[in-house]
Amino acid sequence: MAVTTGTAATHRTLRRPLRPYGAAPTAILLLGAVYCLLPVSWVLIAATKSKAELFSTATFAPGTGLAANIADLAAYRGGVFWLWMLNTLVYAGGGALLSTAVSAVSGYTLAKYRFRGRNVIFNVLIGGILVPSVVLAIPQYVLFSSIGLAGSYWSVLLPQILHPYSIYLARVYAGAAIPDSLLEAGRIDGAGHWLLLRRVALPLMMPGMVTIFLFQFVAIWNNFLLPFIMLGDDRTFPLTVGLYTLLAAGANQPALYNLIITGALVSLIPLIALFLTMQRYWRTDLSSGAVKS
Amino acid sequence: MRAHRPSGARGAGAAPYLFLAPAVVLFTLFTAVPIVYTAYLSLRRTKVSGLGLGRGARREVFAGLDNYRAAVGDGELWAGWLRVLGYGAIVLTVMLGLALLFALLLDSAHVRLARFSRIALFLPYAVPGVVATLLWGFLYLPSVTPLRDLGIDAVLLGPGTVTFSMANIAVWGGTGFNMLVLYTALRAVPRTYYEAARIDGASERQIALRIKIPILMPAIILTTVFSVIATVQVFTEPTALRPLTNTISSTWSPLMKVYRDAFVNGDLYSAAATSIVIAAISLVLSFGFLRVVRDRAFQEG
Repeated sequence: MAVTTGTAATHRTLRRPLRPYGAAPTAILLLGAVYCLLPVSWVLIAATKSKAELFSTATFAPGTGLAANIADLAAYRGGVFWLWMLNTLVYAGGGALLSTAVSAVSGYTLAKYRFRGRNVIFNVLIGGILVPSVVLAIPQYVLFSSIGLAGSYWSVLLPQILHPYSIYLARVYAGAAIPDSLLEAGRIDGAGHWLLLRRVALPLMMPGMVTIFLFQFVAIWNNFLLPFIMLGDDRTFPLTVGLYTLLAAGANQPALYNLIITGALVSLIPLIALFLTMQRYWRTDLSSGAVKS
Repeated sequence: MRAHRPSGARGAGAAPYLFLAPAVVLFTLFTAVPIVYTAYLSLRRTKVSGLGLGRGARREVFAGLDNYRAAVGDGELWAGWLRVLGYGAIVLTVMLGLALLFALLLDSAHVRLARFSRIALFLPYAVPGVVATLLWGFLYLPSVTPLRDLGIDAVLLGPGTVTFSMANIAVWGGTGFNMLVLYTALRAVPRTYYEAARIDGASERQIALRIKIPILMPAIILTTVFSVIATVQVFTEPTALRPLTNTISSTWSPLMKVYRDAFVNGDLYSAAATSIVIAAISLVLSFGFLRVVRDRAFQEG
């Protein structure tokens, strides 16, 4: 694969080793940025088109139907769309909170305690990352049905709490962010394990926990298969499954297409806001022990 | 647990086990038990006696490896594998190639608007697969596509193009995250590595190819393995694109067939066997890849 850095770079002399090269790298990156922004900017415009305009006006020409589209969306099946937004917040927000708590405590324990079976437990938990979710989805459904919980919030929330990669990140972060001397000093002062966890470990791990929370939030928000399998009642759907059912219904009722597009836009707003405001926490490597601003 | 005197935290006793209990319980309930149960289901089948009416006419019996034989001999499943192979080859090469290219470009010191580009390239990560498929799906429709405005008459969801159109959605959604993994790994490299090379007269391109890519190898391998596992299980994109075109069958990918067998046809047993086959293939692929990479690394070293 060619890495374009401009031909000028090959002629650099020792005198100016740090000078920039051609405009090609900037141009390639901007091209990539345009590609990535294209569908998002389209949905922003398409949501303003009325039913007649959607399939007739130019793709990127703004329309006149935004208010009507939002009103239609809000009225659809008695406002079920807002319920989907709320459900998504419960699944992704609640799930990510629980997941972060479990990951942080596990990661801290695995990083800072020496005990029998530590490596076995770590390897087994991390090994879960190699298990394709498809092997889990069917039995999870059958097992939840057998205790009468299939279709409930729990059936979507509980299976997504444990996340191997989050435990791995938390362990790496705890190892780097919590000085042993601090724990030792706490122990000498007579602090118990629970107190050390709450007052020393978790506060120091907070920035890493934000990162884990964000990745987990997006992972749950993104998961389509599990809620698609588990849930039957559209009042329990998250946005992804709700929008999918709208799309499936739209195959026979093209009038729904405006709703789908407006719904897609509305559903993206909170996620993109979260994404842009939390820029500095989006890191895939926590080993330096600190999140740089 | 046997009393044990650890070296690090003296007298930790039961504390670490208590702290790990939630993770271990969750792992047992939602990973270990389901795996065992899938394996069990895959060896069973429904036996229908008589006309299959009335109580007790349908019983679950041991089926041996029958379900696996059926899965391996299933032509539709193989056709699905072939489709996913073609789709996966495009997604993996283009997505990981672009991710590497963008990461290297962002890391090279003199790029303008780097911050804007980085945020824009990572933005699709915040868009769920269903929504990404929906946005692109509309942009593929003949009556909506911007290509129409340009006077190009392209069929983007036809039998010959649907694989590429679907691959484009996965590339769009996945490049940013992989780029971030690679970029983060690059930022962790001390700048002095490159200074020495520059003083020796190395160009930026040579530094990228000879220093940065070898340093990135573990991260590249990691992203490849995760991408392979995800690609083998492709489900969301073809499922969400189906309502917009009639070129995608309900068994387009192996995982879609598992879903149909289990939840449309109600045959959990053959679905369980097929899902074990999918899991086995994704494990073989990822370990096979790791092995090839390791052997090559040893040859070079």
